[in-house]
Amino acid sequence: MNIKKIFHLGILTFVLSAAAICLRAEEEINVSATVNPGNMPPIWVSLSGFTGEADSILRFDLYVQGFNFTNADNALYLITGSNNGNLQGRVTTRANKNNPLVSKGYTGGSVVEQSHMFVDEFVTAIGRKGIARTKVAFKKDGGANSEIYVADFDGYAGQAVTADNTIVAAPTWVPGKLAVYYTSYKLGNPNIFFHDLSSGQRHVFSRYSGLNTSAAVSPGGRVAMILSKGGSPDVYACGADGTGLIRLTNTREDESSPCWSPDGQWICYATKVNERRVLRKVSASGGAPQAVPTAGVSSPTEPDWSPDGKWIAFTSQMRDFEICVVPAGGGAVTELVAGEDPSWAPNSRTLIFTRREGGKRVLSLLDVPTKQYKDVSRITGSNSQPSWAK
Amino acid sequence: MALGLALSFVASGCRPENLKRIPGTRPYAQDVNPLPPFPAPVVPFDANSTNMPMIALPDEPGHTNWTPNVEIFKDYSVHFAYDSSMVKAADKSKIAFVAQYLKSNPQTAVRVEGNCDERGTEEYNRSLGERRALAGREELVRLGIESGRVDTLSYGEDKPVATGHNENAWKENRRDDFILLTPPGK
Repeated sequence: MNIKKIFHLGILTFVLSAAAICLRAEEEINVSATVNPGNMPPIWVSLSGFTGEADSILRFDLYVQGFNFTNADNALYLITGSNNGNLQGRVTTRANKNNPLVSKGYTGGSVVEQSHMFVDEFVTAIGRKGIARTKVAFKKDGGANSEIYVADFDGYAGQAVTADNTIVAAPTWVPGKLAVYYTSYKLGNPNIFFHDLSSGQRHVFSRYSGLNTSAAVSPGGRVAMILSKGGSPDVYACGADGTGLIRLTNTREDESSPCWSPDGQWICYATKVNERRVLRKVSASGGAPQAVPTAGVSSPTEPDWSPDGKWIAFTSQMRDFEICVVPAGGGAVTELVAGEDPSWAPNSRTLIFTRREGGKRVLSLLDVPTKQYKDVSRITGSNSQPSWAK
Repeated sequence: MALGLALSFVASGCRPENLKRIPGTRPYAQDVNPLPPFPAPVVPFDANSTNMPMIALPDEPGHTNWTPNVEIFKDYSVHFAYDSSMVKAADKSKIAFVAQYLKSNPQTAVRVEGNCDERGTEEYNRSLGERRALAGREELVRLGIESGRVDTLSYGEDKPVATGHNENAWKENRRDDFILLTPPGK
């Protein structure tokens, strides 16, 4: 009886202290959990004990998720550890150094993988979604030709997907799967291919007359795309097997870059109305398109809906290209940094985008709340059209 | 061995130095053959939705095995204003030449290739290039060419003829090229 009581008490104490930790963590991140684009200070952390590749990976992963570095007296979180052989890591708040949020030694895999996993466990402990072990796809420009590549989000483990020796463009991931759609001119026409990266097999998904491009996949697997078979580029959607094609827009204008709302109900795209470029959205089952106002900026294109449903990132073109975000219903736009073609990470706060640098295009990662960005310099050459796997 | 094959397969001029396999994946293997059946029914064009009717493309891609000739109309490319897909009045005589040639050579067809400068975003430009190609096609049809003889193809900003980053290059790149197509064996 007594033992049982003590046991219960023990559990209760554990639960209470766990709840206390959670509560404390939540209090601290409450502000940062609400994304306020471009207007948030970084979350200060101190990092000590790590060296070489582990140190640089931790810094990279944390920086592009809105953390920045200071000494232990000024940091909100203290990150300590070592990487002699395997990675050991510990995170506490400065206020409570005795109750670590994470305290772990990692075995197996490389120090690269161990470092990513440690960062994922830290950000998960403060209520966020980890992105340190996610992948991106992109178009690698090789002069007259381009090919699709995939890599880890930080540029490690780059791998060619296509070897078509022609123009290949507009890669997009199938949510939850190791599979992509992209546009290849291999058969002489811009056609959409489906490519299963697990088996290495692919097939032509869409090869109508004229333009087939800009595939985007809903969480349920439906595919939105741009086809011109009706006599003008328009938004269409169909099932993952290519059947049940419906035409969702019917204009003489050049629609482009459809993207899905995360609930699969809406497709947002770029078009022109009265000679002005605008964003619109249309119900995935058809109906009248609705405006997505982007007050304050002109020529919006390349919308991408955040996985939490709250934001649409897009490119505006005034003098140069600018990465912008707007609430998903439209409204006041926040301009972030120079760049184009944003794609959200699963955490709904980091974007991968393209910067133009001379004649070259560079992939870069942007933390939306803090506007901190860093190039993915491991991916060399000229690259564009990034898509973040979700 | 398998890894070596995979790496040599993807070896190309633009391979990054850190090329590695994704664990658990196999590299690009081969196209699934044959191509799957043409996927879906055509949704009828709603002619009431706009004043200027669009001219639908054929259901099946046409002229896939025809021989392209890029020389014959190379001086008859037409150029566009920034962000526009309107054929300029001054360029209509060039399209009239192409139309006349097609009328005199009824067994031939033509592919209109639309291109853009680098200033738009990439997929926007792929759509704009198609809109430009379709504008060339509409002009050919207006001049009496059967719509089934005119294919369109957009390269967006991916096939510039001039590589500079200034208006002199850009104005060359905002264009339609006309490619003569002759049937196989002719």
